[in-house]
Amino acid sequence: MAANKEFQKKLRKAERLAYFAGFLFVIAGIGGLFLLYDPDFSIFQKKQNTLLSNNIEIDEDRIENGIHVRTGLIDAKGLMTVVTNCTNCHSAKLVTQNRMSAERWNATIKWMQETQNLWELGSNQKVIVEYLVANYPQKEKGRREHLMNINWYELEN
Amino acid sequence: MSMDRRKFITKTALSSLATLIGVEIVFGKNMLRDYQPLALQGPDPFKLFKKDSEMIVLNDKPWNIEAKAHLLDDKITPNKYMFVRNNGLIPEEIDVKNWTLVIDGESVVRQKKYTLSDLKSKFKQHTYQLTLECGGNGRSEFNPPAKGNQWTIGAISCATWTGVRLRDVLEDAGIKNSAVYIGYHSADTHLSRDPKKEPISRGAPMIKALQDETLLAFKMNGKDIPLAHGYPLRLVAGGWPASVSGKWIERISIRNKVHDGAKMTGTAYRVPCNSVAPGTKVGDKEMCIIESMPVKSLITFPKSGAVIHKKDTLKIRGHAWAGELEVSNMETSIDFGATWQKCLLEKPVNRLAWQHFSTSIHFPKKGYYEIWARATDSNNEAQPMVLPGWNPKGYLNNACHRIAIKVT
Repeated sequence: MAANKEFQKKLRKAERLAYFAGFLFVIAGIGGLFLLYDPDFSIFQKKQNTLLSNNIEIDEDRIENGIHVRTGLIDAKGLMTVVTNCTNCHSAKLVTQNRMSAERWNATIKWMQETQNLWELGSNQKVIVEYLVANYPQKEKGRREHLMNINWYELEN
Repeated sequence: MSMDRRKFITKTALSSLATLIGVEIVFGKNMLRDYQPLALQGPDPFKLFKKDSEMIVLNDKPWNIEAKAHLLDDKITPNKYMFVRNNGLIPEEIDVKNWTLVIDGESVVRQKKYTLSDLKSKFKQHTYQLTLECGGNGRSEFNPPAKGNQWTIGAISCATWTGVRLRDVLEDAGIKNSAVYIGYHSADTHLSRDPKKEPISRGAPMIKALQDETLLAFKMNGKDIPLAHGYPLRLVAGGWPASVSGKWIERISIRNKVHDGAKMTGTAYRVPCNSVAPGTKVGDKEMCIIESMPVKSLITFPKSGAVIHKKDTLKIRGHAWAGELEVSNMETSIDFGATWQKCLLEKPVNRLAWQHFSTSIHFPKKGYYEIWARATDSNNEAQPMVLPGWNPKGYLNNACHRIAIKVT
């Protein structure tokens, strides 16, 4: 019985040793793979790949302060319909710069369909035009506006 | 929600492991591949085009960038302050060695093809300072608003252009008596990426095409033309809407009729033949092609918003131009146009170059002032104080430039 106990003990010891050896083997293996694929261990270095990291967003359509970050469009009813249909060919900046009535937006859409390869919008057209008129309303500017947004500075003469 | 960078990179590394052991891991290499183009789509335009950081990006697809008045103080506009106007996508690859210019059209005697070195060696080279202003410069002020990029005052430049005369090249190919117009064709891409569509293909009547100063240019300010401005070959027709000065030129057609390329027809670069009330709907047939740009000026020093002391006289300066014409008189007013003071005005370096003006202004008492600048052309037409005739696309706003001054 004692010999059996002694044998069991040795067996457990051998088992532990085998596990340890196995563990070392795995570690060495991973190390080896790093030496093959990433000899500089660059994945553990903090400052690298900044160009990539800046551009990685899982949520392309996140909203911050009421603005759709990727396009700069105001978050309101119809936003994603506008994003999907109006920012493929040109920047949303071309949309947000402009201020038009429903009639002129519809005429612009017709022009884009006739000459610029814009597809048929179907029921989305109404959604888009309503979004634009509501969120980018026309402003009465008269024949000449006041000078605005003046940044005053001391001029040394 | 933005993905953690470390996690992403770890997972990329893991995916290399995964390929080794044949197991699929989400967020693998493909993601890296998919994300690379994004970095190329959204580069820093100031670095990309070597523009000053004070320049204003109106549009990033297509690229449209304008200057501010005080940035245009140089007598010859350097690239960093030159506005960028695009109707389509800038060509991605330019093969200079194999670049050719074809002269064709109904009214060419023999269709001809030239390499860049043919052009440079075969024809005499000329250098001129030429004023290029976007037809829509000042559009942002129109009321009701006009459609398009909302340019304020900065879509104007006067650089030195070097090249061969378009006339010499057209005559080498031969111009038939039936010739009416030239139309250019360029290497840029339509926004829809439809290869059958040209973003812009404009031109000019023969009388403009044959002028001494109308160039096929390959240098701007003594260097290769920057890519955004038409490298390696640009048509330069000073004094006319800058859209006549086509970039990345591959072909010029001598037409027996008014050129009918993209942005020549409809309402593009056209204004109502007869003036209309603001907001009027104008039919295509009542729209006429813009030719020479109107008289205009800019105060480029000081920058608007200067606070000065009462005892000081303020020295101001700027530029004035008048399309095909010359500026004959330049004045400023500090009392909203009630009285005008004559400025010192220089002659243009050559025809179609802008002219420089300067004056000293004395302010009678403390307070808020606006300096208004008014140029008059050789036909005795001056800039208006309020907006000129409204037009559906918001072209040709040459209302006087104004800067704000406070005297303390």
